[in-house]
Amino acid sequence: MKADPIGVATGNHYIDGDHACAEGAIAAGCRFFAGYPITPSTEVAERIAERFPKVGGLFIQMEDELASMAAIIGAAWSGSKAMTVTSGPGFSLMMENLGLATMLETPCVLVNVQRGGPSTGLPTLTGQADMMQARWGSHGDYEIIALSPNSPQECFDLTVTAFNLAETWRVPVLFMMDECVGHMTEKVVIPEAGELNVIPRKFFRGKKDSYRPFSFNGSDKTAPMIKTGDGYFIHITGLTHDERGYPVINAEAQDKNVRHLVDKIRNNEEKIRLIEEEGVEDADVIVIAYGISSRVALKAVNDARNKGLKVGTLRLITVWPFPEKRIRELASTTRAFVVPEINMGQISLEVERASRGRAKTLPVPHAGGWVHDPNDILKAIEEGAA
Amino acid sequence: MSKTTTGFTNKLEIPTPREKLHHPMDRYLRTERFPHIWCATCGIGTILTAFISGLEKSGLEQEKVAVVSGIGCSGRAAGYLRLDSFHTTHGRAIPFATGLSLGNPELKVVVISGDGDLVAIGGNHLIHAARRNIDLTIICINNFNYAMTGGQAGPTTPIEANASTAPYGCYEFPFNLPFLAESSGAVYVARWTALHIRRLAKSITEALLKPGFSFIEVICPCSTLYARRNRLGTGLDLMKFYHDNALIKHGADTREIDIRYQDQIVVGKFVDKDKPTFLQKRDKFLREKLGEKFIPYKGPQPI
Amino acid sequence: MTYWRVPLDLDQVEIPHGNIQIIVNQCKGCGFCVEYCPKSVLAMSTDFNRKGYHYPNIVKRNLCVNCNLCEIICPEFAIFVTDDKPRHPDPEEVLKGGGNHEG
Repeated sequence: MKADPIGVATGNHYIDGDHACAEGAIAAGCRFFAGYPITPSTEVAERIAERFPKVGGLFIQMEDELASMAAIIGAAWSGSKAMTVTSGPGFSLMMENLGLATMLETPCVLVNVQRGGPSTGLPTLTGQADMMQARWGSHGDYEIIALSPNSPQECFDLTVTAFNLAETWRVPVLFMMDECVGHMTEKVVIPEAGELNVIPRKFFRGKKDSYRPFSFNGSDKTAPMIKTGDGYFIHITGLTHDERGYPVINAEAQDKNVRHLVDKIRNNEEKIRLIEEEGVEDADVIVIAYGISSRVALKAVNDARNKGLKVGTLRLITVWPFPEKRIRELASTTRAFVVPEINMGQISLEVERASRGRAKTLPVPHAGGWVHDPNDILKAIEEGAA
Repeated sequence: MSKTTTGFTNKLEIPTPREKLHHPMDRYLRTERFPHIWCATCGIGTILTAFISGLEKSGLEQEKVAVVSGIGCSGRAAGYLRLDSFHTTHGRAIPFATGLSLGNPELKVVVISGDGDLVAIGGNHLIHAARRNIDLTIICINNFNYAMTGGQAGPTTPIEANASTAPYGCYEFPFNLPFLAESSGAVYVARWTALHIRRLAKSITEALLKPGFSFIEVICPCSTLYARRNRLGTGLDLMKFYHDNALIKHGADTREIDIRYQDQIVVGKFVDKDKPTFLQKRDKFLREKLGEKFIPYKGPQPI
Repeated sequence: MTYWRVPLDLDQVEIPHGNIQIIVNQCKGCGFCVEYCPKSVLAMSTDFNRKGYHYPNIVKRNLCVNCNLCEIICPEFAIFVTDDKPRHPDPEEVLKGGGNHEG
């Protein structure tokens, strides 16, 4: 389906990543937003507050992040496309209802403009240290989709993608920006509405009695949804449930329910996967990066190539589900992976695990507050090539 | 109970087997899930009956009413009602319901949950939804303790009452819920007990038909925990206590209706006023500010 | 209510009457209906239902006035009343009084 032109601000813009993300959401058909102000994500909410009344959207500033996340799940079940946005401490609060969203298989988008942590940490400075929280933040077993843009243009494009993935897989999608990308101002081209592919919600149209809000049969099939108020009399619970949505508290039901939540993403990793590779086939060292770090790494990669080293790059756009298979393949053809990220080593652990010891993993940690010095990344590349 | 127990003399009086009987409220119930999980002599089922009577009298279309519950004994209410029903996280029933109600303004969204859920962990959401005057009806079932987890003290446990986390009696000041709701901006506030079943049903009808944030506190017997720990007998004994100690006082000043341990309970309708809802206010305000440029939210996208 | 003599218009008086239905196995024996029936139509059984609870029996079927209180006070949705033809009270019943709560 093509985007509704009313929400698409076609043209060339000079805006930052936060603003581009807001435009992406509106273009993708998001018409419900609940949020709570927090640096450095507030600009997304501010732009939505200004734009929504003119495009038929509903903006509400909630009392906290717990409420914001709960409200967008409610709105999603009313039939709307819904989003919230936050940063570090707010992301922690949203973990509670992120679990509800995964359990209820609710399509929605949660934007996290990452800052330095833990706790209040560095409100105005960058970080990428919520990547593991994105994967494991809520209790229990589940799989999630998380995207990481590295430019304002991608903040627009990938926000649309995030909504499409949410609808396709009936899963909350985490949009893991970082402060640098959020506050970086660049040219953003917003295409005509007719050029934007937007996936509408799959609504059930069959007999009222035959509706089941969940389908645990095939791992790549998710049940269509309904709109509350259409007379299907659904029951939805955060308890372990069967396909009718009724609570069933035993090990068999738990197995079916959780296996479905995990398998629908895990078994379809290749369909969901968005990565960007360059020069990896014959590389001795592959730099794996995401978000702002992928741009900083380019300088180090160029320097290394100038020194005659064979370096490739792999950029994670979908960080979760992790492209484990692809990393494993590359691990048998390359000597080392260099993983620069603005945390003390999170995705590097995944790279190390996926490479199964076939290639070395060299993390380039950074505690946050600023981006890497490219020379630190270069040193790691040289170490890997040696 | 012993005084009313009599022998079973007439064979003809043997009741019909349940398979052949259809309760008149069955169309509002997920009968396949019965019997429900609530203890013998718990009052939540009675409050559910009152809710269904109130809903029937309101004339609202069954499909346009949704119920949201949080966690706890009362939180299970959503699971037994044949309405679009949502059992959410602890304390978050109101913000979930806010999203649902604003997301589809055609709906009447009702929150049925307990005192611990709505007023302790969810207290902040309660006061803010009331402040904004979101179009919700809140039925707060107050049994004076956290029953699902085994009878711990909560935000409404009266001073002196025993609870598993107040083994020497509770010494914290409890909330006065109607006062809290009124001062936060609710347009309709009432309090009843599980015994005032017809008045409660009438209040529920009024609240459902009232645009904006309506709040009904219902005092409910908890036999297994609150009554047992405090040696107050069964739920039936608590119902008798309500019979003897509840004072109906419509329009009472909510500041003066605190509940003390095993003392008088003032019940009645305390607040009933008109105020634009969040959406009414928003749409009017934005239309004034933006004129032609304003496009109201039209609800969820068509199929 | 108790009268000192049979009212002269007794044959014109009609009392609403209900037919009480009990879903025995859904009852948890709380006794609310027995306690609050204004006509004391019900009494707890000495028998147990399938779940091991005593349940209400109808002991004065005639006296039911179809007030529905048992139906709406029952927390288990285990008792309800259907409309039955209104009936004329017996002279004896009027003289004795209707039920415990009015004696």
